[in-house]
Amino acid sequence: MHLILFLLFAGLCLAGAINLLLQSHPINSALSLIVVMTSLAVLYLLLGAEFLAAAQVIVYAGAVMVLFTFVIMLLNAGREERTLGSRAARTVGFPAVVVILAILATVILHIQGLGAATMQDGITSTEDLSTILFTKLLLPFEVTSVLILIAILGAVALARRGDGDTERLAGK
Amino acid sequence: MNLLYFFIWSLLKVIVVTVVMLLGVAYTVLLERKLVGRIQNRWGPSRVGPFGLLQPLVDGAKSFLKEDIIPTAVYKPLYLLAPMIALGCALISIAVVPFGDPGIAVSGFRLFQISDVNIGLLVILGITSIGVYGVALAGWSSNNKYSLLGSLRSSAQLVSYELALGLSLVGVVLRAGSLNLRVIVESQASKGLLTWNIFGGLQIFAFFIYLMAAYAETNRSPFDLPEAESELTAGYHTEYSSMKFAMFFMAEYANMITVGCVATMLFLGGWTSPLGNILPTPQNIVLRSLLPIFWFVLKVFSFLFLYVWVRGTLPRFRYDQLMNFGWRYLLPLAILNIVGTSLWLAYK
Repeated sequence: MHLILFLLFAGLCLAGAINLLLQSHPINSALSLIVVMTSLAVLYLLLGAEFLAAAQVIVYAGAVMVLFTFVIMLLNAGREERTLGSRAARTVGFPAVVVILAILATVILHIQGLGAATMQDGITSTEDLSTILFTKLLLPFEVTSVLILIAILGAVALARRGDGDTERLAGK
Repeated sequence: MNLLYFFIWSLLKVIVVTVVMLLGVAYTVLLERKLVGRIQNRWGPSRVGPFGLLQPLVDGAKSFLKEDIIPTAVYKPLYLLAPMIALGCALISIAVVPFGDPGIAVSGFRLFQISDVNIGLLVILGITSIGVYGVALAGWSSNNKYSLLGSLRSSAQLVSYELALGLSLVGVVLRAGSLNLRVIVESQASKGLLTWNIFGGLQIFAFFIYLMAAYAETNRSPFDLPEAESELTAGYHTEYSSMKFAMFFMAEYANMITVGCVATMLFLGGWTSPLGNILPTPQNIVLRSLLPIFWFVLKVFSFLFLYVWVRGTLPRFRYDQLMNFGWRYLLPLAILNIVGTSLWLAYK
């Protein structure tokens, strides 16, 4: 049962990702990305990570992608022009992708100490997850939130400076 | 064999709940028309059946029989997909709601809840957040400036108010110590009205934050800017006709019912009796299973009544007021509520 679901949603995820690249209209690409995000959530659920699955849907599919589609709709972005790409990119690019994927695969296969995640009936409860997050992994967790805070401050600073500049220019 | 049982039971429950939900949607529309009518000093629909009670059926038949017009300039795949997303998401989220006493089960299968999920609350929030695409894509694919403006407004409004909505529920989750809706309801059950989260749990601020955010999330007055008819003709569903329009209409009312169910479960004690243990638990199995459902439906009904009452009374917000209100007042208040509740729980 788990295997059937895994194959189904892994296939959906890959199909969405390929469709994302092939579509020429930005809104279709954004919708394919939503398919990818939601099928990833199902894969998390198959690994027993229910909270992660819900967070994936709420944050990525429900908030981040809504902003993506919002921007696409707001700018009314049209169909992308399809260029054939340079010959150099094609001759070097595809072998380079294969090489990088091969290196990543070998590295992942060689590292055994990371612990294994298997498809199972058991579910990691939200309580277990938060206990680990707030005891063992407290420092990385807090550092990540500081990182997000910096990003917010940066965005505010950029937006503010834009405003001030126009005022200063108008003043001159 | 067990799997087959599970499948048959689930299918039965899904069919019954969906039919009841759709009937509920139809009669919520009638309730709204009647109540708004009385608020405006007129009778509302009164011709079809006794007191106009058959009006929803006639309305349904009418939308089925209307010509289905698809304008030539629409982007067809998304234009057809949008109402399905809207109605689908509105109907799916009811699956995790416990309507009645979960103790009542036939051979291990609970009768009054389709599925008991550990993260039930997050499931509802997640599905509602996907429902935004119905409105957003409808407006964009219609290729109409009013529709586009309506859906832009709606996307911005939903993303803004979703934050306040989610944060207002954190206090309740902190008190119950679980995201499971059944556990949240049971945590308020002991002394009836006094232990409901809204009174005994001191979540009254959270309740009002939730109330306002929920009105904005369901595009209802006074936050119904995505379909403000005085400026946008009909907003995001301007180009939709016949059953496709009806699907958006049904989705809106189904969302109202879901929001009412969530408020009932999280703040008003769900299916538990407001009188606590003053009334003895009836021995008769039928009574014992029907009484919780009665309380649940009564609470949801009063929530829907409030919805209509607000619509009949309050004027619409201006767009900048809407955004200011969401970000400057509701969001900080919701965060303060979380801090307050955590402190209270820590020092209790």
